[in-house]
Amino acid sequence: MMALSFDLALAALLIVSALAAVAGRGLFRAVIFFIVYGVLVALAWARLGAVDVALAEAAIGAGLTGVLLLAAHGRLRREGLEADPGAGGQGFAAIGGAGVALALGWAWFALPEPATATRAALDSALPDAGVGNPVTAVLLNFRSFDTLLESIVLLAALVALWMLARDGAWRQRLGLPQHARPGGVLASFGRVLPPLGLLFGAFLVWSGADDNGGAFQGGTVLAASLLLAMMAGLYLPPRIGERLWQSALVLGPVVFIACGLVGALVWGGFLVLPPAYAKGVILAIETGLTISIAATLALLVIGPPEQAHNSGGAA
Amino acid sequence: MTPLIWLVIAPLLGALAVLVVPARRMPAVALGAAVATLAAALALAAQVSGLGPQIVLLGGWTPPIGIVLKADGLGTAFAVMAALVMSGVALAARHELAPDKAGARAAYGFWPLMLLVWAALNTVFVSRDLFNLYVGLELLSLAAVALVALAGSREALAAAMRYLLFALTGSLLYLAGVVLTYSAHGTLDMAMLLARMPATGDGVALGLMTAGLMAKTALFPFHVWLPPAHAAAPAPASAMLSALVPKASLVILLRVWFEAMPDAAGDAALLVMAGLGAVAVIWGGLQALVQRKIKLVIAYSTVAQLGYFIIAFPLTGGDSAVKPWSAGAWTGMVFLALSHGLAKSAMFLVAGIWYSACGAQELRDLKGLARALPMSAFAFALAAVTLAGLPPSGGFTGKYLMMQAAFVAGLWPFALVMVAGGLLAAAYLYRPLAALLAKDESRACAPVSRARQAVPLALAAAAIILGVLSAAPFDFIQIGKPDAAVEGL
Amino acid sequence: MNGLDILALSASALVGLGIYGLLAARHLLRRVLAFNLVGSGLFLWFGAAGACGGVGVDPIPQALIITGIVVALAASALGVALVVAHARLSGPTLPEEAPCDPEPDSGS
Repeated sequence: MMALSFDLALAALLIVSALAAVAGRGLFRAVIFFIVYGVLVALAWARLGAVDVALAEAAIGAGLTGVLLLAAHGRLRREGLEADPGAGGQGFAAIGGAGVALALGWAWFALPEPATATRAALDSALPDAGVGNPVTAVLLNFRSFDTLLESIVLLAALVALWMLARDGAWRQRLGLPQHARPGGVLASFGRVLPPLGLLFGAFLVWSGADDNGGAFQGGTVLAASLLLAMMAGLYLPPRIGERLWQSALVLGPVVFIACGLVGALVWGGFLVLPPAYAKGVILAIETGLTISIAATLALLVIGPPEQAHNSGGAA
Repeated sequence: MTPLIWLVIAPLLGALAVLVVPARRMPAVALGAAVATLAAALALAAQVSGLGPQIVLLGGWTPPIGIVLKADGLGTAFAVMAALVMSGVALAARHELAPDKAGARAAYGFWPLMLLVWAALNTVFVSRDLFNLYVGLELLSLAAVALVALAGSREALAAAMRYLLFALTGSLLYLAGVVLTYSAHGTLDMAMLLARMPATGDGVALGLMTAGLMAKTALFPFHVWLPPAHAAAPAPASAMLSALVPKASLVILLRVWFEAMPDAAGDAALLVMAGLGAVAVIWGGLQALVQRKIKLVIAYSTVAQLGYFIIAFPLTGGDSAVKPWSAGAWTGMVFLALSHGLAKSAMFLVAGIWYSACGAQELRDLKGLARALPMSAFAFALAAVTLAGLPPSGGFTGKYLMMQAAFVAGLWPFALVMVAGGLLAAAYLYRPLAALLAKDESRACAPVSRARQAVPLALAAAAIILGVLSAAPFDFIQIGKPDAAVEGL
Repeated sequence: MNGLDILALSASALVGLGIYGLLAARHLLRRVLAFNLVGSGLFLWFGAAGACGGVGVDPIPQALIITGIVVALAASALGVALVVAHARLSGPTLPEEAPCDPEPDSGS
């Protein structure tokens, strides 16, 4: 009974915050409600028992996406473009939305009894996967090709984002110049939190092997630490093409493909991980992935090179 | 290492390599990756034609746990076509997207984006896992949107924004269908789905996936994003976008309908889809007829041609009786898609030469160019032959097979639509051709090397050869063909 | 009606709300926001379906959803940057949906 009322309350809050995000007046309000909504979704995942997903949703879905939307709102406001012109074609949109919602609701009740064959196959394969966390096993062993492509998708989004820079700004540092008062709160946070973030992020990756966590979740924490340092003015964002950063960006996919090729040449197939070496190879892949994810996510949030910076400091 | 794996990995490694080398070395590295991928595609084709469909179980895991890659005739043919087009695009881009012509930014971004598009295409052509296809489609869309935005102009950014919205909506709809499918059947693998017990929700799942893929293939009425996007992109990018990108979602559509869930196809749905395809053929053709800009004519032509592919669906379907003419319709559509890819890319590359050498953007700027740049005019004419479906091109072979199937199936209105589409194509392609051959004095053109003009000529010629020597490709496409394509949906 | 049913139905409602926003909103940033709503709603539906087996949530949907979350972020990052770049040149809506401003009375 207690559980049911909790579920009902959570569902109601989810829908209300989503409504406010979609139809609420004012773009800033909508973004704030979206972040609230994201945290509630993470709560729903925790309620379901899917802790890895809850971590990912909180960090990436609510956290990073929220930051992206806020930063975009700020940029638009600087140019007077944040005024909301309202909605149009509401009738058609309402029909479309209601139609899909009803289809999904109907489909839910039309679902057949879950087949047990997949679970059985998973259970018998898990001991050979090399890691104890079944989600990590799926992500980095059974369906590793998806994860490889996913890391490439992140990189593609970054290159795509760089293309939106103005030609005049191409050689500048990424993002807008940050001004943090030296000695102020942000600058202090920027000194204290990133090392903690580094530790925590690394821990999340390590713990993801057999417990909850993972490369994406850990990488996000690392990216947040990097972002904090950059926003506090303690570290300048790079220019496009800086050797160290480019190497960090491609390291994850390169290590991933290299391990896959070793599998093809030595172990009988692309991305094959024999049980004896699986854990070691997975940790190697995850380390590379985490570095790349951290770099890519940080640069995705920083954005394209925007304007001529004052030439503070050497290149 | 099998060519199948190399086909997917080579462009990925190329994209990664291109991002770490200094900017002036990017074209060379990209061309190296292009050669490697082309070699892999040809090696795979040889392997498939000799040994039959090639299967790779990634990680050594079988479905429902693992992901399967399978190269059959259809996928390999598309992979070879894509490799030819991409090689041509890379050669053209060396000139037109050089830093001094297009700016440092565009010259930097084109190479990794091109290779990423290629990697995504190859993945989609060979993967048999519904979610893996989703990730591939997303990679394709993000890179393609960036290519549209490359010019940085107001039109380019607006077109890219519109494209992104349509692409993301399409992906979400497709993903919804995938989610329903896994939740009902516990597997994402197409072969396993074929053997499943049908569930009540399958029709909805198939409908959602189809709607999403139709949005990405720019099928009427979801086509509005395509003409401005393909017109605003630099010509080598437009060649990729028109010739190859819609083919990816088309291949997935084919696979989902014929290999995964042929039994979920309903008669009414098939006819509605084909009706939309018919409207696309006529609407696209009419719009192309009234355009003034060269690239818009070519882009609307793509809208029309994409409609043909959908018309093939009911020609292979209908009621549950076996349809012996289905094989012809299916093969005809594939022929049409392959020839379209080659011919359309040739057209856009020629348009690119005209723009970069002569500053020609509108049809009236083409006057007399046939004498100034005869090879490129000839390439355009050859491509037009294929697109209008005139013999002896690959376009003709495809249309002929489809029209034959239409008559035998008793769906002769679609045959009429195809004839009308061919006439419209001849009409809207006549206008640029007439301008090219006009006796007027042409604009001043910078000299263009023969080698540069030979690239689109080779692509257009390949489309013709596909029609002349059609027996071998015909047999090749049949390798690994799903039963539903033989017996009908 | 158990907890999973509630979750699945609210997830369906969230997807519907998101699609409404995607189609009806004029400001492009709201559309990117709505896109994320659809994605997260869809993933919740998927998770609920994966929990039907009784022995906790199926790990395959969890892995697919994490992948989906990351892919959605990549798309959002590009989308948000594109909105800003486009808005600087053409305003915060698609050109065909821009609100019609009343003509200024300067006698043209």
